[in-house]
Amino acid sequence: MMKHIKRIDAGAILSSDKQIGCGECQASCQSACKTSCTVGNQNCQKEE
Amino acid sequence: MNAISYLSGGTFHRYSLFGINILVHGKTGAIWQLDDLSWKLLDGQSAEPEGDALAELAAIASEARQAEERFAKQGALYAENLEEGPTHLKSLCLNVAHDCNLRCKYCFAGKGAFGGERGLMSSEVGKAAIDLLMQLSGPRQNCEADFFGGEPLLNWNVVKELVSYGKEQAAEYGKQLQFTLTTNGLLLDDEKLAFINEENMGLILSIDGRPEVHDRMRPDLGGSGSHSRVLAKIKEAVAKKADDNWWVRGTYTSWNLDFTQDVKFLVEAGFSNISLEPVVTDEEYQLREEDLPKIEREYERLASYYLQRQREGKPFSFFHFNFDLAKGPCLAKRLLGCGAGHAYLAVSPRGDLYPCHQFVGQEAYRIGTVFQGIEKPELGDRFRQAHIFNKEKCRSCWAQLYCSGGCHANALAKNGDLMLPDELGCRIQQKRLECAIVIHVLTSAHAQIPA
Repeated sequence: MMKHIKRIDAGAILSSDKQIGCGECQASCQSACKTSCTVGNQNCQKEE
Repeated sequence: MNAISYLSGGTFHRYSLFGINILVHGKTGAIWQLDDLSWKLLDGQSAEPEGDALAELAAIASEARQAEERFAKQGALYAENLEEGPTHLKSLCLNVAHDCNLRCKYCFAGKGAFGGERGLMSSEVGKAAIDLLMQLSGPRQNCEADFFGGEPLLNWNVVKELVSYGKEQAAEYGKQLQFTLTTNGLLLDDEKLAFINEENMGLILSIDGRPEVHDRMRPDLGGSGSHSRVLAKIKEAVAKKADDNWWVRGTYTSWNLDFTQDVKFLVEAGFSNISLEPVVTDEEYQLREEDLPKIEREYERLASYYLQRQREGKPFSFFHFNFDLAKGPCLAKRLLGCGAGHAYLAVSPRGDLYPCHQFVGQEAYRIGTVFQGIEKPELGDRFRQAHIFNKEKCRSCWAQLYCSGGCHANALAKNGDLMLPDELGCRIQQKRLECAIVIHVLTSAHAQIPA
């Protein structure tokens, strides 16, 4: 347990442990964006 | 290399915002929050290194080094798969109307017509597009189609026919097809809203915020402002929408760099799902690099307002501040980016296919037709290869695994090079991510949101 530093996100390493690339998540630039794609805010649709 | 030098170089990025100290590792996407003592150590400000903090910095440096090695191997594998493996279409942007009842200055459609003839998509073209999506989506269970334009409600009968046909075809192929519709709202009425609800369609409603900002950019055919009529229609649509699958979406330009005021207007008008996007244009109201300091400060102001509403128990959702780390995208998605040109295609009214809605009408980027399928697979391959590992600028960026390489259309428009992202877009993206990460930290369970 660290006192001074807190890990907020393990990043792509953790996400690479899941079954990946199923392609079922929403397309990044569809709908609410259309101009400035952000991938970090796209949720994984796969049920745990 | 000692821990502090390692954590201060390469793709590590550190910043403080609203009293929160953040360290991001670009190569793996890992994020840490540091207290003031460890922050000062990392910043070389502390003359008396404190044992625990130093040991903790050494621990995360060691963790990051191992993760970096592991990620380099896995990432290269996925990149190879992305370039060489099978590709599957997932989403279509159906430009069902190259015509509009407004004349918005910054429209991709060049005030409605995409630089060509005004025209409406026939149901024959639309059905062929859906057939193509079913055939080319392979094992994908969930597919998407957005009705776009121009103003798609000008071709409402075809929209209805295509939703019905799309659902039938999806059932036959054992897939789900989710429809969305992007509209200025003016032609929405009870019949259309009932249909949208029955079919669980998503709605994207275009409004820019304050009346004077909206009216300056979104006049009607006679040159009069459209704000009051649009606002009334959009309020009605949101009130009658049966689910939460809707966004109000605006555009900001160099004429309203105080765009937090526009978000405030929308929030105070009662909207809770808001997206506000930087304009894509080379007109006089374009965003320029010299605007960046103002734009960056404005996103911080917007983040501050976002947190204020959270504190007051009146939260709203801002598309680019959404950041669910627990259910974030997988590595493949982070490499893939938007999928333009292979997973995502736009369809013109006459059935031509383009890598995305921003390319519609550009002959050099016509990738095929709904009737002939993909005629220029090499064009799609160029887009597939334009991922973060192949772009020099992305490889050295701290935000690479959250942004995933930026907008291809902007890279080509600004630099004429798919592999060279637009610097302005990169900086805006980085600032939004900085804000989103700090918002995530401050709104997570047990966090104190500072006044």
